[in-house]
Amino acid sequence: MSVPQQTLESLIEEPSLFKQLGLRDWLWAAVVLAATAFLFAQYGNGMDGYEIGILAMSAPSLIGLGWYWKAFQPYALAVAAFSLLGIWLYDGSYANAEVVFGLKFLVSSQSAVMWMSALFVMATVTYLGGLVANNEFTLKTGSALTWAALIMGMTGLMVRWYETYLVDPEFGHIPVSNLYEVFILFSLITGLLYLFYEGRYKNRSLGGFVLLVISAAVGFLLWYSVSRDADKILPLVPALKSYWMKIHVPANFVGYGSFALAAMVSVAYLLKERGQRVNPNGMMATRLPSLDMLDDVTYKAIALGFAFFTVATILGAMWAAEAWGGYWSWDPKETWALIVWLNYAAWLHLRFSKGWRGTPMAWWAIVGLFVTLFAFLGVNMFLSGLHSYGEL
Amino acid sequence: MRNSPTSSTRLINFLGSMNLAISLLVVVAIASVIGTILRQNQPYTDYQIKFGSFWFDLFKALDLYDVYSAVWFLSILAFLVISIATCVGRNTPGILRELRHYRENVQEKSLRAMKHQTVIPTAQNAAQAQALAIRILHNQGFKTRQKASDDHAVVAGMKGRANHWGYWLTHVGMIVIFIGGLLDSRLPLMVAEWQGTLKPETRNIPAGEVPAISQLSTSNFSYRGSVDIPEGSRANILFQPMREGYFVQHLPFEVEVKEFRVEHYSTGMPKSFESDLVIHDKDLAKPLETTISVNHPLFYKGVAIYQANFGDGGSEVKLRLHPFSSRYAAQDLDGKIFGDYNLTSSDQQYKLELKDFRLFNINDMEDETGKVKKKNIGPSITFKLRDATGQAMEYQNYMNPVSIKGQIYYLSGVRASPAEPFRYLHIPVDPKGGMERFMRFLSNMQNTELVKKSAIETTRSSMQQTNVQNTEVENQVIESMVRLTEQFASKGSEGIMQEIAGRFPEDKRASASEAFMKVLNASLRSVYAETLKQEGISGELKEADWLFFDDSILAIDKIAAYGSPWFVQLSTFKQIEASGLQITRSPGKDVVYFGSAMLVIGVFLLFYVAHRRIWVWIKPLGENQSEIVVAGSSNRNQPEFERYFNRLQGIFQQAMAYEVKDVSSTTNP
Repeated sequence: MSVPQQTLESLIEEPSLFKQLGLRDWLWAAVVLAATAFLFAQYGNGMDGYEIGILAMSAPSLIGLGWYWKAFQPYALAVAAFSLLGIWLYDGSYANAEVVFGLKFLVSSQSAVMWMSALFVMATVTYLGGLVANNEFTLKTGSALTWAALIMGMTGLMVRWYETYLVDPEFGHIPVSNLYEVFILFSLITGLLYLFYEGRYKNRSLGGFVLLVISAAVGFLLWYSVSRDADKILPLVPALKSYWMKIHVPANFVGYGSFALAAMVSVAYLLKERGQRVNPNGMMATRLPSLDMLDDVTYKAIALGFAFFTVATILGAMWAAEAWGGYWSWDPKETWALIVWLNYAAWLHLRFSKGWRGTPMAWWAIVGLFVTLFAFLGVNMFLSGLHSYGEL
Repeated sequence: MRNSPTSSTRLINFLGSMNLAISLLVVVAIASVIGTILRQNQPYTDYQIKFGSFWFDLFKALDLYDVYSAVWFLSILAFLVISIATCVGRNTPGILRELRHYRENVQEKSLRAMKHQTVIPTAQNAAQAQALAIRILHNQGFKTRQKASDDHAVVAGMKGRANHWGYWLTHVGMIVIFIGGLLDSRLPLMVAEWQGTLKPETRNIPAGEVPAISQLSTSNFSYRGSVDIPEGSRANILFQPMREGYFVQHLPFEVEVKEFRVEHYSTGMPKSFESDLVIHDKDLAKPLETTISVNHPLFYKGVAIYQANFGDGGSEVKLRLHPFSSRYAAQDLDGKIFGDYNLTSSDQQYKLELKDFRLFNINDMEDETGKVKKKNIGPSITFKLRDATGQAMEYQNYMNPVSIKGQIYYLSGVRASPAEPFRYLHIPVDPKGGMERFMRFLSNMQNTELVKKSAIETTRSSMQQTNVQNTEVENQVIESMVRLTEQFASKGSEGIMQEIAGRFPEDKRASASEAFMKVLNASLRSVYAETLKQEGISGELKEADWLFFDDSILAIDKIAAYGSPWFVQLSTFKQIEASGLQITRSPGKDVVYFGSAMLVIGVFLLFYVAHRRIWVWIKPLGENQSEIVVAGSSNRNQPEFERYFNRLQGIFQQAMAYEVKDVSSTTNP
């Protein structure tokens, strides 16, 4: 066999998935598996079959996510390190939150969430500044700030999870049970989705747009925690005491986060489109990514959101069948979930079957965010029903 | 014969059209909004009050109180399903073709016209080039077909066919979900109602008295309703709501509630609601005992039993009726919640209707420092007192004294209708922990002899102090004291105001009322001192005693408006709770889940698998010369495919070039 022949082999031979993985990926997998094994050894006794199932599924999901999106690996490790720091500093006593310096000013859930809030707002300003100044370094700083916000926010949720058990072991629950907690989750998921696409498309100019919606969420979060004491850790109402919450709520927020991302990218689309018509040499026309890319990101975000929202709604129906006596009761929250779903189903049909693109679809994606927002918040504010957990 | 196929084709074209499907999606979404804005399935009287009779009738005609069972809403849904089914039916043959055909009969011209295509000349013969193309495509995960002709060969490859399964799974999944939902729907009941064989019961009567036309047998296919079962009792029915009425659904077994429990967190919030159930069924060798709680229902014989609610199940209570009038005697009463009792110990006939007993009442309470905290203030009883004319007042009385801002009271709330908030009567608790002092004070106020006696004493002593001797004035004062005290004891300050209004012109009322209040206050103080003397307390009264006096006067002032001749005190109780069970039979559930699984798998296949086709057209151009055309298409995600095709094109170009070098090296050593 001659050398060229071997090169040919390597050229046309598609390396299998495992061959594409480097040492770092295997280390990542090992760390996740070790952590999972440790958790199981430590807390397996307190888990029921479903929770063990959820734990068992989280390991491959995390490994896969880390392999698919390399930046997720250091992110998760940083979150783990900070969370463990928090747990270590607590040393088994909730009172330490006010006493220990590292908790009070850094990693107690409330401090971490404050850091997240501040960093998100700073990142928004930085991204927008970078776009206006057309400065790559500023935009990079925006990304770094966003990563930092995401680390602090996720740490906040993780530490809060631990805190719920510290306050009273009977209170312990995953912190996705009320509006305060899910607003953090929403900010995190939207931020992560954005950074994923930022990495994929190697374009930072959309950060300011997406971070705007996160900053709005952060504003609400701060108002809500200051005016309503919403950050207080309370026990779960009996209806929420179910393993379903661990999967139903996060799945839903992947949906909400994606829809929010799609809407903000659509805003960028409309600005770019208008910029090209009105002022072809202006900032919007020259610095925003191409219309094709914006359209593509919008589609991808809506597709991802729709897929997860479908799963979440079905999981919700299954939970309802276990808690309320029926998988579908036409409860306002259920009905609005259906409305959101139908809305995006119509959007996808127009795109797939009719080939619609561009401005009308961008507008529709923005309207979709308001429909989603109503399903997420409006139902709890204005309508009453079975699903009245996060009341304002 | 030519005309009929055309019109049916037209119908199918219409039903299967994308425009119709998208319109229906939007219409269903908008129609669904109505039922979330207008609260569904409330009592019709509530709607009547809210909308007035015109809008009430209009909304009723449009079925807006139960939109999701309305014929028009179900018709839209049915239309949507028909549209989806038509669409699937029309597209399935095309999909099968797409899946089966590799399109190796493609024309060179059409390949060259494709958006993604490239022409690569190569210095190898057609057979080698073809073999290489197949290798590359296989390595890329394509399945291939080949076709050879005289002047060319075609390699046609495709992958990601699962994408079409995605289309099929999502749409058929939706239909399956609708069918499952239909299995669990109330459609059969609606049809039976329309035929006149069923009629919902609207009266509030015991289940045993519900006529057969409102009863559903155990063979009913699906149902969803609820029943409250007191501890220690059983039931084999449930109530299935239907618009403003209900049906009585019979169960194939009996459910007994042994015990219902609420557990609480340290904060007082409920932690769990659970019921110990026993299922009695002749098919069971021995009764099935189990415990259900929220999120943990029991599934038995295709029937699911959920912990949905709880309430009182007829608790046994001992009540003591303290009369506010000294003419009546105190009365004890043994009662049960939901029982009605005739009370004859006053001048008027009253009916006492016991409505509810609650063991815990977590209320916002103000402590001594004025801070509002949630606190359990213990058991309460709710009842109505109905007079002979049928008018009723509702009361909520707490068993234990409650501390408010450091003072302790017996609390009783009263209201004329459920729409109002409770107004509270605070009866101060005496140092012995009871309401004897209050009651004695009140009774003494109604005792003319005693009031007169203490009025005389007070008047005389004050007159002695001021050295005034005037029998006429003295008698006038005493007479005023007695009359005002009597008025106050029976009608409160309202009675005094009436007295003043009746006796003085408007301009003199203010000064008169000031004088009256002084007189009344003096009299009440003396009656109070007398009351304490009866308790054996004499001498200077302490501050606490005067606080008690003030509170008593405030309470007595409110008695006239309180509307009950008694203060009903809860002495002891035996709580019997009722567990509110939701009971469903939904044979369509698994069908819905199956459809949901199809939908989810389908959605992911649709979005994340793209059906890609690659053609390689090989044209020999001589001995060791040929030209290949590589072209491709994808049905999804064009930007991604463009990147992919560019990479693939690179592989083809390099591979073809390598082979050339390879060949030249062997021919020219």
